[in-house]
Amino acid sequence: MERRFEHELESLKTTLIRMGSIAEESFKLSVTAFLSEDIQLAQRIVDSDGRINALEIEIDNSVMDMLALQQPVASDLRLILSAQKISNDLERIGDHAVNIAQSALTIAKTKPKEPLLEIPKMSEIAGSMLRDVLDSFIHLSPELARSVLERDHLIDELNRSMTSEVIVLLQKDRKLIEGGLELIRVSRNLERIGDLATNIAEDVIFLTQARIIKHNVEDKLP
Amino acid sequence: MDIQQIPKQQRTDLVEKMAVKNLNAFFGKTQALINVNLSIPTQKVLAIIGPSGCGKSTFLRSLNRMHEVAGGTMTGTILLDGEDVYKSDPVVLRRRVGMVFQKANPFPTMSIFDNVAAGLRLNGVRDKHILEQVVEASLTKAALWDEVKDSLNKSGMSLSGGQQQRLCIARTLAIDPEVVLMDEPASALDPISTAKIEELIYELKKRYTIAIVTHNMQQAARVSDYTAFFYVGQLIEVDETKTMFTAPRQKKTEEYITGRFG
Repeated sequence: MERRFEHELESLKTTLIRMGSIAEESFKLSVTAFLSEDIQLAQRIVDSDGRINALEIEIDNSVMDMLALQQPVASDLRLILSAQKISNDLERIGDHAVNIAQSALTIAKTKPKEPLLEIPKMSEIAGSMLRDVLDSFIHLSPELARSVLERDHLIDELNRSMTSEVIVLLQKDRKLIEGGLELIRVSRNLERIGDLATNIAEDVIFLTQARIIKHNVEDKLP
Repeated sequence: MDIQQIPKQQRTDLVEKMAVKNLNAFFGKTQALINVNLSIPTQKVLAIIGPSGCGKSTFLRSLNRMHEVAGGTMTGTILLDGEDVYKSDPVVLRRRVGMVFQKANPFPTMSIFDNVAAGLRLNGVRDKHILEQVVEASLTKAALWDEVKDSLNKSGMSLSGGQQQRLCIARTLAIDPEVVLMDEPASALDPISTAKIEELIYELKKRYTIAIVTHNMQQAARVSDYTAFFYVGQLIEVDETKTMFTAPRQKKTEEYITGRFG
């Protein structure tokens, strides 16, 4: 017997997938804008952040209604709880993408031009983590989610090395200070996107396997 | 709830099917309802909740004057499409405002077919073709047709509890009511039968106005559009179900729905 509630759950999933798609696109475009110093593209990203915010509010309202009115249990409950947390993380990914776009606007004006150091590599890793974690939710794949967890340390290490590399850069040419600071800023935003992708991966594992994996501790629900 | 108090942009789809004004109900000297004012919007589900003895069933039964059968009296006004129900013939009223009771009560000596057709025959319908059409349509609307279509001549009592209740719903629908009153229709049923009744209510509201008394708050939350909370004969609060279960205005409502009393 199909429950009316099934439609509401499907609608929640669809909205979340749409939100993920927008966040991913925003991230990709912000990186493109930064790497190619595309001012117009960067400005478009800054102006369109409202879409993701509106979807987060929509999901918050749906979650509250479903919890109050439907008394969900088991996998339905885990889906609803996960959806709220994932939407919160996607909203923050959107914010970080906007931050990267704003750095693109700043760095386009700096002279002389600084080398990009680890930014292209970090962007690639963050992008793959985001893509794979969204796929892990769509396909309910804990294996794919765990592969995202395993990549987080790579982006963390690159972020740490960025600071020392920028210092070396500035010792050679102090006029690069403005650009150097933006590089550090972008590096931190990319590292945070990696962390948020990791959070989403943990939520997918909670959703699919009823396991809580946080703070390096793995626990199964009783 | 007074429909007129709901902001206009929210009530464009709300038409008042029944209106209760200053309703006081008595059984002898005992006052069961105190000054109740409430609207029931058309083709919506109104759930009526409250602790035992709060007047829920008395209120429901007053809507089609069934409380008179138990010796009850009332003051105040109850309107159906703007007409005072106390100026109507109660038999005619109860055709327009049908009722489903807590315990399924199919007529024990009748077949499934005859149970559904009983109301039509009482109203003088004899044409076999019409009876067959209406019986099939009513059993379909009650989500029972596929389960009984090959055994319509079997006794109504041969069905399971959940099926018997759906048979009673079909019997009520056969005389084409406008309002369906349900007094704890699923309280005697197992969870799967309860779920079927709840899904049925969701389908029925596309065509009928429904008022349901339930002691199961979670059921009220699942099935209804509006919820009215009664306590010691008084209507404490009524609002959209979503609001009642997320941000009720009255402290007593909050205490009841969170299980702090009752």
